Amino acid sequence: MLSVTNLDVAVNGGMILNELNLEVQAGEVHAIMGPNGSGKSTFANVLAGHPGYEVTAGSVIYEGQDLLQMDPEERARRGVFLAFQYPVEIPGVSNVYLLKAAVNEIRKHRGESELDAVKFLKLVREKLKLVDMKEEFLHRAINEGFSGGEKKRNEIFQMAMLEPKLAILDETDSGLDIDALKVVAQGVNELRDSSRSIVMVTHYQRLLDYIVPDYVHVLAGGRVVKSGGKELALELEEHGYGWIEGQTAELLETRA
Amino acid sequence: MNIAASNADAADYVAAQQIAAGALPAAGTPWLDASRDKAKVILADVGLPTTRLEDWKYTNTRSITRTKFDPVLRSESWSETAVIEQLKVPELKSHRLVFADGIFVSELSSDADLPRGVRVMSMAQLLQSEPEYLKSALGSALPESPHGFTAMNSSFISDGAFVEIGAEVMLDKPIELLFVSACSGKDRLGLPRNLVLCRSGSSATVVERYLSATKSRSLTNVVTEVVLDDSASLNHYRVVDESADSFHVGGLFVQQDQSSRLDACSVVVGGGLVRNDVLVNLNAPGAAVDLTGLYLGRGRSHIDNHTHVVHHTPDGTSREHYKGILDDRSRAVFHGRITVESGAQQTDSEQSNHNLLLSRDAEVDTKPQLEIYADDVKCAHGVTVGQLDDKAVFYLRARGVGEDEARKMLTLAFAADVLAKIEQPALKGYLERCVSDLLSSITHTS
Ligand SMILES: Nc1ncnc2c1ncn2[C@@H]1O[C@H](COP(=O)(O)OP(=O)(O)O)[C@@H](O)[C@H]1O
Ligand SMILES: [Mg+2]
Repeated sequence: MLSVTNLDVAVNGGMILNELNLEVQAGEVHAIMGPNGSGKSTFANVLAGHPGYEVTAGSVIYEGQDLLQMDPEERARRGVFLAFQYPVEIPGVSNVYLLKAAVNEIRKHRGESELDAVKFLKLVREKLKLVDMKEEFLHRAINEGFSGGEKKRNEIFQMAMLEPKLAILDETDSGLDIDALKVVAQGVNELRDSSRSIVMVTHYQRLLDYIVPDYVHVLAGGRVVKSGGKELALELEEHGYGWIEGQTAELLETRA
Repeated sequence: MNIAASNADAADYVAAQQIAAGALPAAGTPWLDASRDKAKVILADVGLPTTRLEDWKYTNTRSITRTKFDPVLRSESWSETAVIEQLKVPELKSHRLVFADGIFVSELSSDADLPRGVRVMSMAQLLQSEPEYLKSALGSALPESPHGFTAMNSSFISDGAFVEIGAEVMLDKPIELLFVSACSGKDRLGLPRNLVLCRSGSSATVVERYLSATKSRSLTNVVTEVVLDDSASLNHYRVVDESADSFHVGGLFVQQDQSSRLDACSVVVGGGLVRNDVLVNLNAPGAAVDLTGLYLGRGRSHIDNHTHVVHHTPDGTSREHYKGILDDRSRAVFHGRITVESGAQQTDSEQSNHNLLLSRDAEVDTKPQLEIYADDVKCAHGVTVGQLDDKAVFYLRARGVGEDEARKMLTLAFAADVLAKIEQPALKGYLERCVSDLLSSITHTS
């Protein structure tokens, strides 16, 4: 599904990701953990095609194709979805307007016809229920005046509507109370099947109680410093990121 | 010297007025002759504005003054039904008057079934039949020192629309005044003069639309005066959508009595050079005015909005929100002046002007100007000039929306709150289409 090899990324001339490697097969859930500033959002944004980041080396292959060559919209149409850490507010554009445009762009890309109003509404209602949101919410401007939790829920709602093949969740769990966290987890678990993959960026082990990952990777200083199974998250929880940073220092020393 | 040059620019029009004066509608009526004559003297005196004037600093009229426009003062039997059909707003049910280069075309107008107490008719006809009826109102809302174009309009007063809404009449159906320019050949000058009288307790909607019949160069120099008696309310729309080779200088001058309310919306979507002057006098307690504006510049168009709201008395409310979207090499000017006189305590005033620049070559000069002589007032104003939010563009693209489409969506969204205030659904639909048609020509990828 996704194959990231020796990826180097710079922003404004500063290196943020260094030789990052990641292999994600269809049906897998990967958790990426790491301290603040370790490059998690950078990685997520690069996968989505954010024009502000410069890939200076390495490759990203998605479904056999060079992902880095594609515009953000093409990635989205081919099934890549990023749930943003900080979703932007867009006054004047309603949620439903964007959803309709997005659903139809994706359908068009697949050679399908536009969804008619009745079918679209049916789909919308079904997914709203999944994330426990009211219908009136559809007509509000995108994220405008939403609480932090509502913004995150909206990301999951959009994800549920668009049914991506590769979903990247950037700290979707941060700032959520336990009920909202369960809703988000349910949205993600609903999507989970053998043909889809999920890359979950999170700071806390808590989310992983509800969405159990197949693999956990620890990012520090822009590279994956440790990978393992779900038990790695528990170890992290127990020892804190200091433990990893200590290990990284050792690792770098032995290399040098 | 510039002053001399501007006088020279005016001289042709002064001469044309002298030749035409004796044949203008109701010529020989002493007060009217005197009023036209006075305006002509002012025109000769102040000339056409140049950039040396503070109020014209950013708007060079050279493109207008280098052509000698030919005033259209009487009917030239223009009656292109097909053109009118094309310019009509679908679904808009209105009482419609049509003017060709400023002159009323009765065959194309539909002013039947007006309720009692409402008069909607040609200014020329009223001048001829009942000049005395206009004596006190005509010219009563003009600025004290009009600029040359306004003086020119007053010196020629010949035709336009007269609208009177009788006391306590609630008129639901909008009155639509359709001004079609460039009807009869090149370099024609239309000089419509409109008067809207809203008697006490009445309520009505007046829509002025300015469109071009052909792509020929033309100049429209219009003055609309509005008088709102106590507790009257008026929704006023002015849409300028003339061709890129046209020039448009428009005045909207308003007197408001106690507890009256004006909602005026100005939308400029087309025209080579457009200058709008708005002056609203709040003359008695409790008067309220809400001015909204939207201007869309593309190509090399130049759009200048000069507005002035004067609070003369206490408890007045003024709201003013203008937004501009500028593409290509277009240029806009916004000057929003608010005066709060010393007696005008408890004034509540709010003003904003937000501009969206879609191209690096587009430019805007915006200037709010508050003059406050009272101490117990609430006045707020804000001005912004910016580009589309890159984060928002990326967000939409990350959902599968193409870049051009994303930019268009965000640009429309920028204009959304202005359009949202328009109550007439047919009119709203029309203006939304004007905006989105214009935006479909936008294909920037920064
Ligand atoms: N647009 C940017 N300009 C400059 N520095 C940036 C930018 N985005 C991220 N960074 C820097 O890159 C590093 C990684 O940031 P980020 O990817 O947001 O980390 P995380 O999501 O793991 O907290 C930080 O040091 C941050 O300051
Ligand atoms: Mg982050």
